[in-house]
Amino acid sequence: MIENELIIEMYKRMWLIRKFEEKINEYFSRGEIHGTCHLCIGEEATAVGSIFALKKSDYVHGTHRGHGQAIAFGTDVNSMMAEIFGKATGLCKGKGGSMHIADVEKRYLGSNGILGASMPISVGAALALKKKKCEDTVVLCLFGDGSSNQGAFHEAMNLAALWKLPLIFVCVNNLYGMSMSIDRSMSDPDLTKRSLPYGIRSISIDGNDIMGVYETVSEARSYVLGNGPMLIVENTYRHMGHAKMDANRYRTKEEINSWKQKDPIKRAGELLLKISAASEQDLVQYESDAAERIENAVRFALESPVLAIEKIADDVFAGEVVSDA
Amino acid sequence: MRELTYGQAIKEAMTLEMRQDEDVFLMGEDIGVYGGCFGVSLGMLEEFGPERVLETPISELGFVGAGIGSALLKMRPIVEIMFSDFSTVCYDQIVNQAAKIRYMFGGKNSVPIVIRMPDGAGTGAAAQHSQSPEAWYTNVPGLIIIAPSTPYDAKGLLISAIRNDNPVLFFEHKLLYGMKGEVPEEYYTLPIGKADIKREGSDITVATYGRMVHLCLSAAEELLEEGISLEVVDLRTLSPLDKRTIIESVKKTGRLLIVHEAHKTGGFGGEIAATVTESEAFYYLDSPIERCCSMDVPIPCSLELEKNVLPTKERIIASARGLMK
Ligand SMILES: Cc1ncc(C[n+]2csc(CCOP(=O)(O)OP(=O)(O)O)c2C)c(N)n1
Ligand SMILES: [Mg+2]
Repeated sequence: MIENELIIEMYKRMWLIRKFEEKINEYFSRGEIHGTCHLCIGEEATAVGSIFALKKSDYVHGTHRGHGQAIAFGTDVNSMMAEIFGKATGLCKGKGGSMHIADVEKRYLGSNGILGASMPISVGAALALKKKKCEDTVVLCLFGDGSSNQGAFHEAMNLAALWKLPLIFVCVNNLYGMSMSIDRSMSDPDLTKRSLPYGIRSISIDGNDIMGVYETVSEARSYVLGNGPMLIVENTYRHMGHAKMDANRYRTKEEINSWKQKDPIKRAGELLLKISAASEQDLVQYESDAAERIENAVRFALESPVLAIEKIADDVFAGEVVSDA
Repeated sequence: MRELTYGQAIKEAMTLEMRQDEDVFLMGEDIGVYGGCFGVSLGMLEEFGPERVLETPISELGFVGAGIGSALLKMRPIVEIMFSDFSTVCYDQIVNQAAKIRYMFGGKNSVPIVIRMPDGAGTGAAAQHSQSPEAWYTNVPGLIIIAPSTPYDAKGLLISAIRNDNPVLFFEHKLLYGMKGEVPEEYYTLPIGKADIKREGSDITVATYGRMVHLCLSAAEELLEEGISLEVVDLRTLSPLDKRTIIESVKKTGRLLIVHEAHKTGGFGGEIAATVTESEAFYYLDSPIERCCSMDVPIPCSLELEKNVLPTKERIIASARGLMK
């Protein structure tokens, strides 16, 4: 029964992400949001399954395609929506936007606009946990397949293994970095091999199977606490273009459609029906609840003010920088 | 009073901080039994052990990032980069991460990290081990930049830097490490963002920092015999810059000579000159502003060549005489 409730919660959260992303896409397409954004439609199970497997005390570092990860973490959708709309009520007062959704105090280390940068930072967070003797706490660092080509990835792997840190590396493999497929970007596209030279265990899983993701990360969580880091490759696909301007010239309609058949939300719904944890009617209800929640978030964002211009230079430094002796 | 070398003063600052605050730790390459490339941390491993004097692989991107990550979790890392020239390989972590995280995330967290970097020429180590890269960083909001010239200043400013909640770049001129000076034994801080008039004078304001302070002081001594009186302003902190002290000094002397070891074009001297021309001190100028800096060529190895690229006491004296004509 507990398991049923868990799947229902994860199902609802995936819908919340999907509706969030669809709404953002709608406003972006109409040019009503300033900036860029990377949508994670199709990849929801990687975010929700991975993050639901953690404990409240754990830390997460997300990716540039991170709205879903932040929502999975439990970040308030009103303040996220307001952030993306550039409003003062946004999580970061409108100073960060889509690529910098973060809430460090609450242990969400943020998304990052620089590919690869999150990996050494996550190593440092895990190092701090070790130094502070936080025994039952881990860091989960998400990144894309394309980002695993950065030197930072390899430096972070080595340091994490060397210092035996409680760090789970999650590679969200959606087969592309922008337009470049993993076959064209990697000398050997088997991502699991990348951690082996560092003595780091790795596993490749179906990233659209919510329970599979959840269980793998749960096990990894226990493993890294005693044994040091681990790499999980979660295989998935993004349904939308890379960002605002993407005509999908590098992939075929057939390929996109075949992956839409493997939609993680649809699959989780089928699972719920199969185990009789929910009825068709329940599923429809969960979806419409999520849609309503997002409508409210949009309303909140639209009604919110922009930060007072006098505050533009606040937050550059902490405290008084020109100190007195 | 007791005398210490500049290197010993830096070690003492780190030691006092590490004794009183468990969250402060030192990280870098060969900082343990070797004592760091310039011997600054010699003996610290014995006192604090390998967890707090944490030796890293040759992995600047990895360990500077790890320092930042640990600072996000409220540790206070002191990270040594063996030569400031090597900061290029972790430029992203300094410029896009440490400097920006607070602002992007809406001011809810800070990054209390100190990055210590030996800089400067005079060792015959040639173009990749001799640079003075301060100005690569002064154009980045969110960084505090300090370059002390004496053992006394180094100790007080480093303690202030470690206490500060913001990212600090701490430039230590490698030819100063062996220089002796009076340093009180007790714990003391010096103000960040405040220049120090190292010698009062009436004819020319010399704005300088780091090792050049000493060349300017001996130039001042020699010029006195010709009846030219230099006021030597040691900036100590480049960001935030103590504009007031420079402006008031120029109003008094009516002339400005800027001396730094970094290359002239795009060097910090341009900023100092602009500070004066933008202020009321402009109307007090009796002659054009003069800059005495390294030539715009990579630092050569050969002693004769190197000497000719760098500012020397003779060049400073010639510049000062020119200003008096
Ligand atoms: C250092 C850096 N290089 C390039 C980019 C531009 N960029 C943003 S996302 C992206 C593709 C990333 O691919 P991947 O890591 O697989 O993540 P995905 O977008 O597929 O989720 C690129 C090239 C960047 N943000 N940072
Ligand atoms: Mg990808």
